[in-house]
Amino acid sequence: MMFDFNAVYVIWLREMKRFSRSKSRVIGLLAMPVFFLVGLGLGFNGIVHIPGVADYLEFLVPGIIGMSLLFISMSSGIAVLWDRQFGFLKEIMVTPNSRTSIVLGRIAGGATTAMIQAVLVIAIAVLIGFTVTVGWINLVAIVFMFLLAVIFISLGLTFGSFITDFQGFSVIMNFITFPLFFLSGAIFPVSSFPGIVQYVSYVNPLTYGVDGLRGALTGTSMFPMWLDVAVLVVAALIMVAITALAFERTET
Amino acid sequence: MDGRTAAYDIEVDGLTKRFGEFVAVDRISFKVRKGELFGLLGPNGAGKTTTIGMLTTTLKPTSGRASVGGHDIGTGRREVRESIGIVFQDPSLDDQLTGRENLSLHAMLYKVGREEAREQIAAVLKLVDLEGKADLLVRYYSGGMRRRLEIARGLIHHPTVLFLDEPTLGLDVQTRRGIWEYIKRLNAEKKTTLVLTTHYIEEADYLCDRVAFIDHGRIVALDTPEALKSGLGGDIVSLELDGADAKLVTRIKAKTWAKSVSGHGSRIDVTVSNGEKTIPLLMELAEKSRVRVVSVNLRRPSLEDVFIKYTGTAIREEGGDATWGMRQRVMSRMR
Repeated sequence: MMFDFNAVYVIWLREMKRFSRSKSRVIGLLAMPVFFLVGLGLGFNGIVHIPGVADYLEFLVPGIIGMSLLFISMSSGIAVLWDRQFGFLKEIMVTPNSRTSIVLGRIAGGATTAMIQAVLVIAIAVLIGFTVTVGWINLVAIVFMFLLAVIFISLGLTFGSFITDFQGFSVIMNFITFPLFFLSGAIFPVSSFPGIVQYVSYVNPLTYGVDGLRGALTGTSMFPMWLDVAVLVVAALIMVAITALAFERTET
Repeated sequence: MDGRTAAYDIEVDGLTKRFGEFVAVDRISFKVRKGELFGLLGPNGAGKTTTIGMLTTTLKPTSGRASVGGHDIGTGRREVRESIGIVFQDPSLDDQLTGRENLSLHAMLYKVGREEAREQIAAVLKLVDLEGKADLLVRYYSGGMRRRLEIARGLIHHPTVLFLDEPTLGLDVQTRRGIWEYIKRLNAEKKTTLVLTTHYIEEADYLCDRVAFIDHGRIVALDTPEALKSGLGGDIVSLELDGADAKLVTRIKAKTWAKSVSGHGSRIDVTVSNGEKTIPLLMELAEKSRVRVVSVNLRRPSLEDVFIKYTGTAIREEGGDATWGMRQRVMSRMR
């Protein structure tokens, strides 16, 4: 397997150019997390009390950042469908570059844009009263955002590699993203689930991502943070490998 | 491919592709000379795009072998890809980028140096007359402009061979003429070897040095358009009568100057070596047979006549709708 760093860079660059021109898409993708933040955060802030957390908004914000990363990243899979529709996928696929490099370029581009949007969500959260623990620990938050983005972009791209119809793609996305979201402890603690559902949460990478973000942004986490990082790194490596394989196998 | 001589850029030997039971390409063999403008002509679903797919390494042949630019398409995929440019049948531009950005991404993906890329982009934009529109988003391009940009893009990395799959499909007549001029120009100026597929007969006739007729996955004839046409043996005189007349057909057939005669209802087609001189003779015969001739038509044989001779059917001309062609291609592949 040959690795072409140049191709990774070119595909990343293309994503950046497209991102800088699609303001409506950026705003559209930010709308849902903001609605959740305002609706749930401000609505439940006074009435919901979670033990060990100052107020519900502090608990919710890292969860909503995880959610934005999940939804925004998965939606990058649909870009593969658009590229196929417009024929650009073929143009990339016939270049003398390895498929793996092309996949890595897409992941790098998608992760960059997803993280930019996640940072915007944090900014909006601060506007409505969320307090971030300042200092080095926010670099840790960036690491968690990056790992989450890589995992879910890979998942989205893998689906994009073999699903060719747009409606089918969004149905499957909903079918996967919502359970991942609700079972991640993003809006209520995992410990409040009944026993068997808790185990399902433990195989959900978003659980560790949200937990790590909570630790990094508010200082309280369920697992030790090294465990969160370790689980996410392993999950990210597996997902990237699966995506590369999926693209090696497709003919165009 | 050991016996490859430097005179050829493409050598195809017994190339075959099956999709399940369906044989899309059936043991085809041909060679394309350096700098040649080579055409694959045939109806939709004849196997042209599948052939291009194999030569550009996006489809794996079921059997047979081929080399492009001196590299085997099976063992030298990467080298083949480095030495070719492709203009796909379907559009393949990123319409959220400008024309120049599309070209520049392409140059980078083919590792053309920064300085060289800038010069090349300027040169190819000039070749297809898009200098003025280079910084416009492709979304605002017309169909013809997109096609020109794709042709320009295919040339940026100095390919040895440029493949053009149905380059004028879905374009209006005027734009098509324009694209033809660009294709001629780049073949003449850049000496690039060109392989184009088309189901437009006049396109193959006008552009190609040599044409291979493809039907049902097989090459049924291969030569220069001139040789193919003169192979039919001369001019065709058509007599339109006021009714079918079998007696006249028999009478004409008896003459030595009539190379072939066929009746189609009230029309009689006669192939002769000299059309102008034959018309009076035919009129005489008609008068003797007491048959009234409504009109007379003399024409040189076209490639269409050649195609009919070899396949027994005419190439259907479809309306110029690009998406229709796309769907048709997908369907014909499934068939």
